[in-house]
Amino acid sequence: MHYTIRKFDAIIVGAGGAGLRAAIQLSEAGFKTAVLTKVFPTRSHTVAAQGGVAASLGNSEEDHWHWHMYDTVKGSDWLGDQDAIEFMCRKANEVVVELEHYGMPFDRLDNGKIYQRPFGGHMSNFGEKPVRRSCAAADRTGHAMLHAMYQRNVKVNTQFFVEWQALDLVRDAEGDVLGVTAMDMETGEIVVFHAKATIFATGGSGRIYYSSTNAFINTGDGLGMAARAGIPLEDMEFWQFHPTGVAGAGVLITEGVRGEGGILRNSAGERFMERYAPNAKDLASRDVVSRAMTTEINEGRGCGPNKDYVLLDITHLPPETIMKRLPGIHEIGVQFAGVDCLKEPLPVVPTCHYQMGGIPTNYLGQVVVPKGGNPSEPVQGFYAAGECACASVHGANRLGTNSLLDLLVFGKSAGETAVTDLRNSVKAHKPLPQEVIDMTLARVDRLNHQKDGADVHETRLAMQRTMQKHAGVFRFKDMLAAGVERIHEIAGQVAQTQIKDKSMVFNTARIEALELDNLIEVAKATIVSANARTESRGAHVRDDATDTPETPDGRDDKNWLKHTLWYREGNRLDYKPVHMKPMSVDTIELKKRAY
Amino acid sequence: MNEERKARINRLKWHCRRALLELDLVFDRFWERHEGDLDAQGEAALESLLELQDHELWALVSGREVTDDPQQAAMIERLREVSPLANFE
Repeated sequence: MHYTIRKFDAIIVGAGGAGLRAAIQLSEAGFKTAVLTKVFPTRSHTVAAQGGVAASLGNSEEDHWHWHMYDTVKGSDWLGDQDAIEFMCRKANEVVVELEHYGMPFDRLDNGKIYQRPFGGHMSNFGEKPVRRSCAAADRTGHAMLHAMYQRNVKVNTQFFVEWQALDLVRDAEGDVLGVTAMDMETGEIVVFHAKATIFATGGSGRIYYSSTNAFINTGDGLGMAARAGIPLEDMEFWQFHPTGVAGAGVLITEGVRGEGGILRNSAGERFMERYAPNAKDLASRDVVSRAMTTEINEGRGCGPNKDYVLLDITHLPPETIMKRLPGIHEIGVQFAGVDCLKEPLPVVPTCHYQMGGIPTNYLGQVVVPKGGNPSEPVQGFYAAGECACASVHGANRLGTNSLLDLLVFGKSAGETAVTDLRNSVKAHKPLPQEVIDMTLARVDRLNHQKDGADVHETRLAMQRTMQKHAGVFRFKDMLAAGVERIHEIAGQVAQTQIKDKSMVFNTARIEALELDNLIEVAKATIVSANARTESRGAHVRDDATDTPETPDGRDDKNWLKHTLWYREGNRLDYKPVHMKPMSVDTIELKKRAY
Repeated sequence: MNEERKARINRLKWHCRRALLELDLVFDRFWERHEGDLDAQGEAALESLLELQDHELWALVSGREVTDDPQQAAMIERLREVSPLANFE
């Protein structure tokens, strides 16, 4: 199979927020930088982020990065690395102001400063009361952010390769990363992008679940490539679920619906949240509501022919209130549930929303792996940022508005570190390892010639349903164990997928098969890691983790205050310590996470 | 389907991969039902809609905004009619 080689100083895979931010750093420093992306940059999933970006600017009231740090550590259920969290919270103001200078149209106060609004989990004075910390551009923060950063990249001559599918990481025998192999979707041509610095910013992998708020492009390509190249994946058991996604579709129904008086009901019509959270009821926190919904479904009180969803009822609200205060909801009900929510309740299920784990990095954006007794040895030439990376700032649970901050801070940091390395230590391109290129070619060749293989769509669906059922929002020992077996069986089918269409130009069937190769690695990492972690922490909640004085809410700090590392080879697990020591301040000591 | 048309359709299909799940779902259903009956005029209308930003496109598909272009408007109607609304009323 034919291929060509192209040389760059730096190659960035992914053109969402993190990739664009990293590219600015490299191009501004004068390095020849290429960005590979499956879709046009401003169609990356960062567009879907609405809430805003957290920064303790203190424009409306007193705020401090240390308070933001405290909230983030607490939110992470103490699994976040406190040095990385301090770094992120201290850098927040700088990256937000930079973004403003790139032309980001933030909402303003009358005095011209950036307007800030409150958001769940963000408090003043170490958890005392809510604080206005989120900077937004109406409900299109992610969209505006991408546009501002794309324009900046065009100005500094970043070279974009749009509609390219990255295939594999090129890593030599010494473990150094030397670029990626990729396919031009328009022609089917395979190119080796030979680089001195490789940055992954490929986003999340939420499509491993049947019910997901993620767009179809979120297939964990960076995670799959890293795993195949022997890089472990960190803390993959931690996924944030949103309580109200439309059943079967995944489209998010905002919390505002319950804020306006929406009620969750089971098959008997019962307002079941009264039993789980007598005070807050339907307005309890996301994880409490999601778990209650799952319990209702698991105990046979779900609705519909398969009893696999509950109902969100707003039929008691005046139609004019719904149309005025919740304008998009009626259309979402009509489009994706076939329901007129003025007359009938909406079918909803807890839905996968955000991946806390990922490719292990430090706060400099370097990818790190255990080596020679060091749990976090940088991999030469390899960096990662954004949802695909695990710095780890979100730990076991992410706070809203910290994801856009993560991609700005660590996108910039990965770019900056790459610039430093290119200036100081990496002067020349190392020789490419032929056997790694051959492996990619063999993988594509196998797919092109597979006979009597598995159907891509059906295999993906089997994986998604298994993950939803066995490793969803509420986890059970026996279900996890059975799920591990089932996912391994499905992985066997993924290795033998078959495509009927062998054409070269925009062959979407081939692309989807290649994406499934990546998704299955994420699914394996998730369910194997979740099966092993026998405590409850943050978003990972197990039925068999008991609430005792030593293990409040099932959290077992004695045995499980550590990061999981999953290796593809042999499905092996390893662990590494959580960084409890911040950069300059005192450790935020362990305590029960309560709001 | 000849090779040239197949390539054109495949390109359009890939351009239907969007940043928002809502649009992915609408286009997924559209192709299931309409791959066979998309004519040149329809292709052109779809292509022009796919040039829009995702929020603008969703505003049209969800009926919050309307387009003055009759070809685009006809395509928006087709995108809307493949939703479960058809089964619901």
